[in-house]
Amino acid sequence: MKKIFTAFLFNIFVISPSFALIEIDITRGNLDPLPIAISPLHVDVKSENYDGIKIKDLGNEISKIIEDNFRATGLFNPLKKEAFVQKPDIAHLKPRFEDWRLIKAQALVTGKLLIKESKLKVEFRLWDLAAAKEMTALAFTTTPSNWRRVAHIISDKIYERLTGEEGYFDTRIIYVAESGPKNQRIKKLAIMDQDGANTKYLTLGNELVLTPRFNPTNQMVTYMSYFRNMPRVYLLDIETGTQEVVGNFPGMTFAPRFSPDGKKIVMSFAKDGNSDIYTMDLDSRVVERITDHSSIDTSPSFSPDGKFIAFNSDRSGLQQIYVMRSDGSGVKRITFGKGIYGTPVWSPRGDLIAFTKMRKGRFYIGVMRVDGTGERLLTENYYQEAPSWSPNGRVLVFYRETKAGSKGEGFSAKLWSIDITGYNERRLKTETDASDPSWSSLLSK
Amino acid sequence: MMFNKSLKNILLVIFATLILSACSTAKKSGNIDGDVYTGKETVKYLASGVPDRVFFATNKSSLTTASRATLRKQATFLRKNKNLNVTIEGHADERGTREYNLALGERRANAARDYLMTYGISGKRISVISYGKEKPVNPASTPLAWSQNRRSVTVKVN
Repeated sequence: MKKIFTAFLFNIFVISPSFALIEIDITRGNLDPLPIAISPLHVDVKSENYDGIKIKDLGNEISKIIEDNFRATGLFNPLKKEAFVQKPDIAHLKPRFEDWRLIKAQALVTGKLLIKESKLKVEFRLWDLAAAKEMTALAFTTTPSNWRRVAHIISDKIYERLTGEEGYFDTRIIYVAESGPKNQRIKKLAIMDQDGANTKYLTLGNELVLTPRFNPTNQMVTYMSYFRNMPRVYLLDIETGTQEVVGNFPGMTFAPRFSPDGKKIVMSFAKDGNSDIYTMDLDSRVVERITDHSSIDTSPSFSPDGKFIAFNSDRSGLQQIYVMRSDGSGVKRITFGKGIYGTPVWSPRGDLIAFTKMRKGRFYIGVMRVDGTGERLLTENYYQEAPSWSPNGRVLVFYRETKAGSKGEGFSAKLWSIDITGYNERRLKTETDASDPSWSSLLSK
Repeated sequence: MMFNKSLKNILLVIFATLILSACSTAKKSGNIDGDVYTGKETVKYLASGVPDRVFFATNKSSLTTASRATLRKQATFLRKNKNLNVTIEGHADERGTREYNLALGERRANAARDYLMTYGISGKRISVISYGKEKPVNPASTPLAWSQNRRSVTVKVN
């Protein structure tokens, strides 16, 4: 398999430190997005050609990616470039602040780039226009083919500087790409950048695959496959393409997830009509049974400190969410609202659990505190489920299906995202229909 | 007189309601009882008179009287065909979370397997597999389609 995570190093230099005057309160939602001007990066005339890259357009392309990232947050309002008043190179040296203020911009991003000796050098500056000050500035050197990632890393740095939160742009999403009629769906594992670029298919579609999830370093994926009609949990090394069955269970294993240290996989094993939760240590291969109950126990998700597991059980009759210590002790039901609950997923910050709720034929994605209090439903639809967190715990990605007609026509499955504020619901671009998304952690952390 | 007239009207309304509801049950009666599909539209046969599948209520894996009758026919058929092995495929409808549905399909397939075993069929002859909601027999998004999709299907493997 082709290497997807090409190893490379970024050299990052902080040019000058400074302090923030503009700030964005991201807990508030998108009520008043910050007007920001993202100038095209100036392309140095000394730049050399590099295979497959149109150097002349690169400055525009990078600023376009940053602009799209920022628009997608709902927190920023990137201004139209036609209104820009200064040339990129001059603005990058020292903007005429009053001119940029005139077009109502509050922040300005400028930059320049150079390809020389097969290296791409990019620097950018973020300016606070009201205070007429530089807020942050960074320079990168990397392989030119990494230019999209440079744009995402710049986006992350600006986002961090303006919101005080970690960014989530230099990330990928693994999901199940779907095609074909509804009753003969072809499903493949697919991976893409969070903005929908660089889609790669990791399986051919010969067998049904479901529920892929990244490990903490994003090199491994655990998922379920019906290879040889034996539904089992698998482990895939994205770099080498090596796949293996996880454990030697005499029946179906499913609903896998990594522990936060990446050393274990937690999953369900079904036997004689009863599904319980197990872990397997990836080094020692030791299997541990975590739940032992005659009900269905599934959809396990570790807390980020590894001490607890949230899971789905119908031991009370219908699906509800429970939390237990990671050794299986201290099981406690946390959902008592009207309706039934599934797919608990612990936030990377540890403070919230995202879930799917079903009530009166409608499906909701919501969040609650880890003791089940403070339930907030973020979005309602005909069918949607399986939330996955952005690495900063601010955005959820999930999938949504539409109602089908009598022959299955009109059916679609798409990825959507929504802020945990309940604002900024948007569809993610995918080449095909898509389901079961899992968001990576930051790639360059 | 007045009283009679209004009584007549009421009776008429009741009569009309009865006809209407008769129509709607007639439309459904051959198909869904409570929440469980009872029709034959999707059913195949292991042999003449031996249906291959049984249907379940939403979120349930208990066998109805009709399901038990079907499974007894399957058991009789399997006793007569001693060299035949089967796989029971368990399925769920699309109105539930994927992972829970995988478990539910497994539970349904095992409910059918257990029943066959109580009628003397060796567990070694019966394997189970759950497809959750992944293989609907009817792709429509209607209560009828969902009831047809909540099923366990006995499939010959040799």
